[in-house]
Amino acid sequence: MLLNHARLVRFFIDANSIVGRKKLQKMIYILKKLNLPFDEKFAFHFYGPYSEELTLRIEELCNLGFVSEEKQDKGHYLQYQYTVTDAGLSFLEQAPDDLPLCKDEIELLKAQSSRFLELVSTMLFFDDLPPEEVEKKIHQVKASVNYSDADIKEAWRFIDQLKEGRVH
Amino acid sequence: MAYRDEKLREEKVFKDPVHRYIHVRDRAIWDLIGTREFQRLRRIKQLGTTFLTFHGAEHSRFNHSLGVYEIVRRILTNFEGRSNWNPEERLLCLAAALLHDLGHGPFSHSFEKVFKLDHEDFTKAIILGDTEINQILQRVEPKFPEKVAEVINKTYHDKLVVSLISSQIDADRMDYLQRDAYFTGVSYGHFDMERILRVMRPLDDQVVIKQSGMHAVEDYIMSRYQMYWQVYFHPVSRSAEVILSKILHRVKHLHNQHYQFKQEPKHFLSFFAGDVTLTDYINLDETIVMYYFQAWINEDDVILSDLCRRFTNRKLFQYVEFNPKQQIKESIELFQLFEAINLDPDYYLVVDSSSDLPYDFYRPGEEGERLPIYLLTPQDELQELSRASDIVESISGKKRTDHKLYYPADLIEALPDDQPEKARIKVLLGLE
Repeated sequence: MLLNHARLVRFFIDANSIVGRKKLQKMIYILKKLNLPFDEKFAFHFYGPYSEELTLRIEELCNLGFVSEEKQDKGHYLQYQYTVTDAGLSFLEQAPDDLPLCKDEIELLKAQSSRFLELVSTMLFFDDLPPEEVEKKIHQVKASVNYSDADIKEAWRFIDQLKEGRVH
Repeated sequence: MAYRDEKLREEKVFKDPVHRYIHVRDRAIWDLIGTREFQRLRRIKQLGTTFLTFHGAEHSRFNHSLGVYEIVRRILTNFEGRSNWNPEERLLCLAAALLHDLGHGPFSHSFEKVFKLDHEDFTKAIILGDTEINQILQRVEPKFPEKVAEVINKTYHDKLVVSLISSQIDADRMDYLQRDAYFTGVSYGHFDMERILRVMRPLDDQVVIKQSGMHAVEDYIMSRYQMYWQVYFHPVSRSAEVILSKILHRVKHLHNQHYQFKQEPKHFLSFFAGDVTLTDYINLDETIVMYYFQAWINEDDVILSDLCRRFTNRKLFQYVEFNPKQQIKESIELFQLFEAINLDPDYYLVVDSSSDLPYDFYRPGEEGERLPIYLLTPQDELQELSRASDIVESISGKKRTDHKLYYPADLIEALPDDQPEKARIKVLLGLE
């Protein structure tokens, strides 16, 4: 019962707190691509893979008081910070989740900027293409973000590191 | 003359209850409509199980796809001669509009959830695979199928083209809101589309709205909000959806247990195995699914038989409001009580949340997740819609969410009065 909600609460516990909605979206997408059991459906949007389902589920968790959402005014935009509440911890005691241990991956992802995670998640979105085609695609669909060849190289290395971590 | 420029000798028109007429002049568009893959959409309902609540909602994805095509055709007529618009992209936009829902399967939402599928993958597979659709697109240009797939997948390099089919104010939504309102018979869902089309302007990589059209857009946003709560997320339709999902889970479970079906689920075998071929996918439509559901009423498995009878004869589950924060303990107790009376809670006690059917509300693009709707001021400045409109601001900030608990009231009522669990179940469900 409410297994998908429970998995997200577990994720927030493991992450301690997450700053930024874009970062949150990209982290869940990348974890899903690592075969972790997140059921939210993603589609490609202007800023890469995005899930309306995830957005709504987070809103539900906030409305239920399981996760707190703090809004910070950054001048040009609003930034949101998500943290699990005591009610969220109590919910998880009664409605257990089945999320495998992935604290290391979460820590790795959390340490990256949302701009970098946008690149990584977009590369993973095109993972049915050969690497050179993926890079071509990045320059096409992310022209305005202007990722450098070094950024892309670092993203490949990061993806390998993540996949390696899941294997072991 | 090149195939991409070929026109029909006479314009063809489809009579349409929403747009009055749908006009086709391009040979390629006419040929695409005639393919078996596109004609299949006649056998997929646009609103899935909603016909069990609103009996008029029998319209198909075929109707809707033609409607989206027609809206894009009208938008492009208005764009002709404007700067920022490349007329070379016209046929690509029309083809993508027509084909954007091609990969939808029967009762798409439940099928996708249960069998872990994505209709967008099948749209792409039909466009790029060995299909009649692909043959016609190839005639336009060898790279044309790929371009159409990219537009639908939202990965095409020209974001303006993508935004016509998929953005927060696009042809897809403008058609389905009006069409679903028409066929369900509700009074929500109406807005002045002609006005919106007149004030749409191509600007760089997106479509913006002239500020003078703000009130028409407000109406459109309100329609989205009301249609979600009044039609798309109607609790009775959700009850049917819950039962449908449970039928699919049950039949998969029985197959995995080597249960001997009287009516073998032949059309579903590759879905169970997780290796659905394009042929299998295209061959499964709602008429076939309903045939199986009728046949499975006669199965010996009590759960499958009961769920199929419920879906076919509209004997749906009842529901109560459920607050997971306050009632999680009660729901666990209910789960145990259902087990005690031999009513498998995995099939007969189901929580359904608003996030299980995520129709997208308007979002003002905080932190750049989704592109918002921009108004173009007379000074050629862009202003995000919710900052200019109090009405939009009030509903885009509102986070209404919902959870319901579904259960078979008839089976609970049929329990003997002296069965000790009965009274407690009724208390927990708020029936006494």
